[in-house]
Amino acid sequence: MSAVLHSAPRFASHDGHRDTLAAALGPMLFHVHEENGELIFGVERERIEDVLRLLRDEHGYQQLMDIAGVDYPQRVERFELVYILLSLTKNHRIMVKCRTTEEVPVPTVTTLWPNAGWLEREAFDMFGVLFDGNTDLRRILTDYGFQGHPFRKDFPLTGYHEVRYSEEAKRVVYEPVDLPQDFRTFEFTSPWEGADYPLPGDEKATMPPVKEVKVTEKPIETGAGPATDAKAAQHVARASTDSTVSGQGHGDPVPEDTKISAPGAPEPTEDRAGQPPRQVGAPETPGATSPDHGDARSDDRDQDRNENS
Amino acid sequence: MSGLIQEASPTMSGEAISNYTINFGPQHPAAHGVLRLVMELDGEIVERVDPHVGLLHRGTEKFIEYKTYLQALPYFDRLDYCSPMCMEHTYVLAIEKLLNLEVPIRAQYLRVLFAELTRIKNHLLNIGSHVMDVGAMTANLWLFELREDIMNFYERVSGARMHAAYFRPGGVHRDAPLKLLADIGDWCDTRLPELFEDAMSLVVDNRIFKQRNVDIAKVSREDAIAWGFSGPMIRASGIPWDLRKSQPYDVYDRMDFEIPVGTNGDCYDRMMVRVEEVRQSARIIKQCLAEMPEGPVASEDRKVVPPKRAEMKQSMEALIHHFKLYTEGFHVPAGEVYVATESPKGEFGVYLVADGTNKPYRCKIRPTMFSHLQAMDFMCKGHMLPDATAILGAIDAVFGECDR
Repeated sequence: MSAVLHSAPRFASHDGHRDTLAAALGPMLFHVHEENGELIFGVERERIEDVLRLLRDEHGYQQLMDIAGVDYPQRVERFELVYILLSLTKNHRIMVKCRTTEEVPVPTVTTLWPNAGWLEREAFDMFGVLFDGNTDLRRILTDYGFQGHPFRKDFPLTGYHEVRYSEEAKRVVYEPVDLPQDFRTFEFTSPWEGADYPLPGDEKATMPPVKEVKVTEKPIETGAGPATDAKAAQHVARASTDSTVSGQGHGDPVPEDTKISAPGAPEPTEDRAGQPPRQVGAPETPGATSPDHGDARSDDRDQDRNENS
Repeated sequence: MSGLIQEASPTMSGEAISNYTINFGPQHPAAHGVLRLVMELDGEIVERVDPHVGLLHRGTEKFIEYKTYLQALPYFDRLDYCSPMCMEHTYVLAIEKLLNLEVPIRAQYLRVLFAELTRIKNHLLNIGSHVMDVGAMTANLWLFELREDIMNFYERVSGARMHAAYFRPGGVHRDAPLKLLADIGDWCDTRLPELFEDAMSLVVDNRIFKQRNVDIAKVSREDAIAWGFSGPMIRASGIPWDLRKSQPYDVYDRMDFEIPVGTNGDCYDRMMVRVEEVRQSARIIKQCLAEMPEGPVASEDRKVVPPKRAEMKQSMEALIHHFKLYTEGFHVPAGEVYVATESPKGEFGVYLVADGTNKPYRCKIRPTMFSHLQAMDFMCKGHMLPDATAILGAIDAVFGECDR
């Protein structure tokens, strides 16, 4: 492991704890690993209460600091519960993890720590994780009557309902979310490193090779000719609303000139007198190009700035 | 208000006494924000308290999943809006732990300095409002004066009076001007002790204040541990547990300060622990000012910390780094950490899961208030209704943090 450079909280080292605890947990333990200075135990879901009781009573992890839920929708058991334990006597922290699904309840640990009640309620509210034995599994953070579990990855950031005070109804009303503009996610990830969306054209890489190669043998097949020329010569005023494939529109014809007199209306640009032709070549600007005058000018500018400020 | 349990009275002949269920809040001056307590009262004795939290739930953790690491930082200011920089502190330390990023020593000193200023700022508000909850007005007004000074320091260092966004992954945003540091030193020497001790002289030996707080909501050591208490709440119960000492971060291990502990575990002890912490924080600030070395205030790792703006105007490479870091942001290697620091209210933790991209996969915030407020029921039981406000004041409840 590389040297610790960061200045995050430094608690007691994991030396010894890892093996002792792994041996104590025995078959209840699935895996144990150490990363970024954290000691993480993955344990059997059904035995989580036993595991934590053992850790609390035999190994001095007195405090349950948090139960963090994480949603990994691609996994078979999508939810991960991370119990974060603190030992005041050993000055040590560990994480204990178990996994579950939407249906399978996790044994409650309210029997061990009274403050587990709200932590479990929060995991239930936010992810829909069920806790077997928790007698007070109500929602906690969301609104009264809320439906759904907002921290699941498949729950949209904008939610489904919005709340406002209605002056007409003289009460708070719930309405479906109506965004004047779609929620925008800006994808700044470089496509060369790490972006997971397809770039336009990428799909061609997997297309089967064409069986019949298209060739242009006769001039008529190019699409050129008098008919095309005539079509191209048509003036187009503006893109019409019924768009074509390219999104440009095939255009409406230019309207005929009306002969209505409109005093005060500006002359059409094409009828105006032409501008005098521009003189060829820019006038010499000393200082910009020649290095000789550069210093003098920058001094002047500095002086100006000083006077202004 | 509705009568719940009709039962034959043991004392009054033939007259039925019913337990009252009343709503305390959600809008109540002593609720310190939006807290709804559903209280079951027997006369004026509290039988049961069911705190309904979440009225300020904004889904911060969900928002953070949609932001880059840097963009997520200002959300932390808005959690515990009474101690914004301490919230940032935990988050930037969590990122630095994942990146294993070294922070220059001056930046560590600046962070500790401002974290301690924040602690004073938080405690001033809490002490003031706790005192006001039990009936005294003057101390609160005087303490607000000091709080205003700290907000001015905030503004001078970061440009914002409250939501500073000053701590950044890899250091702090800008160096503090010399004049500001000198002014903070002067303030700690003169104004803070004068005003603060003046205000405290009104309170700490006050008979009414003691009657309202001593022996209210006593919590034993065992209960404090079992309920997951931290910060002043656990120290008031007599356990000398302070993450700044036991699990030091940044330059706290170089600081010389004492941890006050209570003897009784009641509301008065909680209050007095905070009073002493203000003095100790001032000590730490003075040490920071005396010892702070010169040097850079943010890591020189250009793949994490953007270059200075002046540099960006001169150098092409700096321009590219500036642009990439403020649009795409930096990538954090996959992994997970739990980092907890001693915020003024207790252990504030961030469990951060990174998946190797520029956005956190999950950021679970461990609010201090969750454990403390949950114990309301256990602490209020058997006390009188007006004690509930004293208990709530001594918990130091702020709902931006509790509800997230």
